[in-house]
Amino acid sequence: MASLVLEYSVEEVPPLVAEPGTRRKIRWGRGLVLVVALAYFIIPVYASVDFALQNNLGQFSFVTLKAIPSQPGLGAALWLSARLAILTMAITLVLMVPTVIYVHWRMPRFRRVMEVITILPIVIPPIVLILGVLDAAPLWLKASPYMLSLIYVVLAMPFVYRSLDAGLNALDLKTLVEASRSLGAGWISTMRRVLMPNLRSALLSAGVLTAALVLGEFTMASLDLWQTLPVWIVNFSGTNPHVATAVAMFSLLGTWFLLLFIVALDRSNSRKRRKIRA
Amino acid sequence: MTIEARTNVPATVESPDAVRSLASGAPVVLEGLVRHFGVTKALDGFSLDISPGEFVALLGPSGCGKTTALRVLAGFEQPDRGRVLVDGADVSAVPAQRRDMGMVFQSYSLFPNMNAVDNVAFGLQLRHQRARQRRARAGELLELVGLSDQADKYPHQLSGGQQQRVALARAIAIEPRVLLLDEPLSALDAKVRAELRDEIRALQQRLAITTVFVTHDQEEALSMADRVCVMFRGRLEQVATPSVLYAQPATAFVAQFVGVSSRIAVTRTGNAVELFGRAVKIRGDLASLPADPLDALLRPEDVEVHGAPSGLGVVTHRSFLGASTRLEVGIGGSTVKVDVRSSDADGFEIGLRVDLSVSARDVLVTSQRPDR
Repeated sequence: MASLVLEYSVEEVPPLVAEPGTRRKIRWGRGLVLVVALAYFIIPVYASVDFALQNNLGQFSFVTLKAIPSQPGLGAALWLSARLAILTMAITLVLMVPTVIYVHWRMPRFRRVMEVITILPIVIPPIVLILGVLDAAPLWLKASPYMLSLIYVVLAMPFVYRSLDAGLNALDLKTLVEASRSLGAGWISTMRRVLMPNLRSALLSAGVLTAALVLGEFTMASLDLWQTLPVWIVNFSGTNPHVATAVAMFSLLGTWFLLLFIVALDRSNSRKRRKIRA
Repeated sequence: MTIEARTNVPATVESPDAVRSLASGAPVVLEGLVRHFGVTKALDGFSLDISPGEFVALLGPSGCGKTTALRVLAGFEQPDRGRVLVDGADVSAVPAQRRDMGMVFQSYSLFPNMNAVDNVAFGLQLRHQRARQRRARAGELLELVGLSDQADKYPHQLSGGQQQRVALARAIAIEPRVLLLDEPLSALDAKVRAELRDEIRALQQRLAITTVFVTHDQEEALSMADRVCVMFRGRLEQVATPSVLYAQPATAFVAQFVGVSSRIAVTRTGNAVELFGRAVKIRGDLASLPADPLDALLRPEDVEVHGAPSGLGVVTHRSFLGASTRLEVGIGGSTVKVDVRSSDADGFEIGLRVDLSVSARDVLVTSQRPDR
């Protein structure tokens, strides 16, 4: 067995600080990762913007942007996507919020099962899901575009569940519910006055993720033969790819603005509360 | 309505407006409560009568069923058998939100989205009090708990002790028939715990609310409660005033759980046992005495120690406790704890041979431990 040799006396123990070069290396490393990540996200967006701002001769032009409002079917597709997004958000939150709260409060052991169930829509291929739904759904439902909302609710489950799960993990749910009940609040009051305000961030992020999913979903809508915004973009790209790409960019920007708006709303509420505290 | 304190303990805060119309203590009866969690029996025929305005502490080790009993009383758990009577009415099937009981929890339970005054006013809002009225009332109650200057603070801006004070104000704001305290001091540091303990007791006496306090800390229970109910394995071991509980424990468990006791192997002769060469009367009902072999349970202050070169005991350990010093004396295979005045303790060095005698009139005996 090798003997242990002390390399320093107690007085000579070197301080626990990194050598000057090490910190710089770490900074360079971080910077490199950031640049690669940014390039990964920005290059495709830049390519799309560049392509969207070209006329048919390949020259820089705003003509495609001017042409967007007059494209046939775009308004209807946008309006359908918006309605589906709102309906999907509403159904998802109405179904998921009480369910997740109940599981956290009363059946914590069931959380693992919930996690597995909610991950299924990611595991099952969309084509299997839509073919199954089309086979099983009654005719009146198949004839309605709103059937897509029911499918989107399932697709949004993994994201919504995880948002709500994170929000509830940050609360002492059992104590808050019991405190509220001991003061005389029923379930509706407890949800409305205690739980919802404390889950605001989780609810906002669940809502944004659902809306983003609906506004970008193509496979289900296409197979169900409804012309939502993504379906319109793909269909129209054969006719005028520059305009279709420009609409896709606006769709992306719209989702980003929605996200920023909700983050800003959340921050503004937090700031108001801080102001009141001060 | 004027509230009068039931004892001479002064209230720590004076706020006559806040205490008006709060004297709403109701008698509580827990009758044969049984509650299982799977195969575990949390409550095993637990019964307790609480008088109006009385402060009762449920004391016991972890898992003895004290919190379950409180939760059954609050309506958060349903008993498998038994009844809960408040003011003579059976409330066993009444949901928690309609039981009219204020509760302070072990963990901080203030609503994070509301400031202190809104937290206190929450129960009043549910009772449809007007905004101005309920805010004024909440302000009075915050003044009562000494936090009127913290009314606009949110829970995360308050210390643990302040949060529990606000929780107390919130619980009494609804003028509950029973106040339930589920280890409200256990998360606080020792100094704040001692302060808040006195404040809760003074407030309870001033308001005369029937109060049930769950704790595993015997010092808290003995110093705060009118009566202490010691629980073990879901059953009531003894319920008595703190002084009776300490001086006359009914069972070996109570004797060992409340205060400090030494176990000494003894031989029974009639209604007495022989202890250190002297016959000492057995406490309690002789008919219910366990069979031999027996142990006697002795409090440190019930034993006297004398230095004696030919004594049968040897001092094995000394602990300085301030005014007194606790000696551990090895004698006949047992270790006996003895308290002496610290000023006299210098004479009892470790290794000194000593004699022991019992100063108590009677002793509690119990079955000998199987490991002996």
